Amino acid sequence: MNVPAAWYLVLAAVLFGIGAFGFLTRRSAIIMFMCVELMLNAVNLTFVTFARTLSDVGGQVSVFFVMVVAAAEVTVGLGIVVAVFRRRSSTSVDELTEMKG
Amino acid sequence: MIAVAYAWPSIAVFVVSSLLIVAGAIGVLVFKNPVHAALSLILSLFGVALAFLAQQADFLAAVEIIVYAGAIVVLFLFVIMFLGEGSSDTSAVEPLVGQRTLAGIAVSLVIAGVVFLMATSHWVTGVPSVSTGGTPLATGSDNIHQIGAAVYTTYLVAFEVTAALLIIGVIGAVNLARKERPRVGEEQ
Repeated sequence: MNVPAAWYLVLAAVLFGIGAFGFLTRRSAIIMFMCVELMLNAVNLTFVTFARTLSDVGGQVSVFFVMVVAAAEVTVGLGIVVAVFRRRSSTSVDELTEMKG
Repeated sequence: MIAVAYAWPSIAVFVVSSLLIVAGAIGVLVFKNPVHAALSLILSLFGVALAFLAQQADFLAAVEIIVYAGAIVVLFLFVIMFLGEGSSDTSAVEPLVGQRTLAGIAVSLVIAGVVFLMATSHWVTGVPSVSTGGTPLATGSDNIHQIGAAVYTTYLVAFEVTAALLIIGVIGAVNLARKERPRVGEEQ
């Protein structure tokens, strides 16, 4: 018998937490994107776990769509990082303060 | 003993995949060099692919490695090397006092809350197979058939929208990353 779904769900919660902590504390925009990827993967893991628990392929199809959106998001996000770097010669998010009130 | 009730291979696979996932994720957190962080992200993604395999998501495990480790992380590495940014991460200085502590507290609260909810409530209703009409989850090539059938019938609209989204993403990325040239009418 396979391990219970709760184990994988707790693992996904821990992965999401690590990703969220990195997103909140790291300064480099590129590493923040990597932490977003970690959080997306945590959610994918819960989707697959529920797909197994409920014996429903809909969860796996959701993961498929999440991956497509993640690919598009990374493409546009890294394009923005390149555009910012060209102007500021840095990807540190602390230096982007023009819109500070 | 709760562990006796489950077959030891599935426990071993779970332990290996969780070690890979957590080690890779912590590596993304701590490495100063972005290239090392990206390689550590690949480690974590391999762990996720292993967890997918252990849960009858064969197609997604392959896609996880091909799309994430093969395309997305390579895109990360490409941008890191294109920008030539070594270790400009200034995470040693803390502009916001106590940011790390606050983030740690908030994240632990969220994780503890989710796990507490999971332990105390029954939000898995147990209604199986809504989208596949009662057929159980298959493995191997049948898994691909099931996903394909679901994508092209139940989720067809979402599938078409993702196609449009990808086109928009590609055009947007090209437009953003391109060097700005003066327009034809504005040349000096």
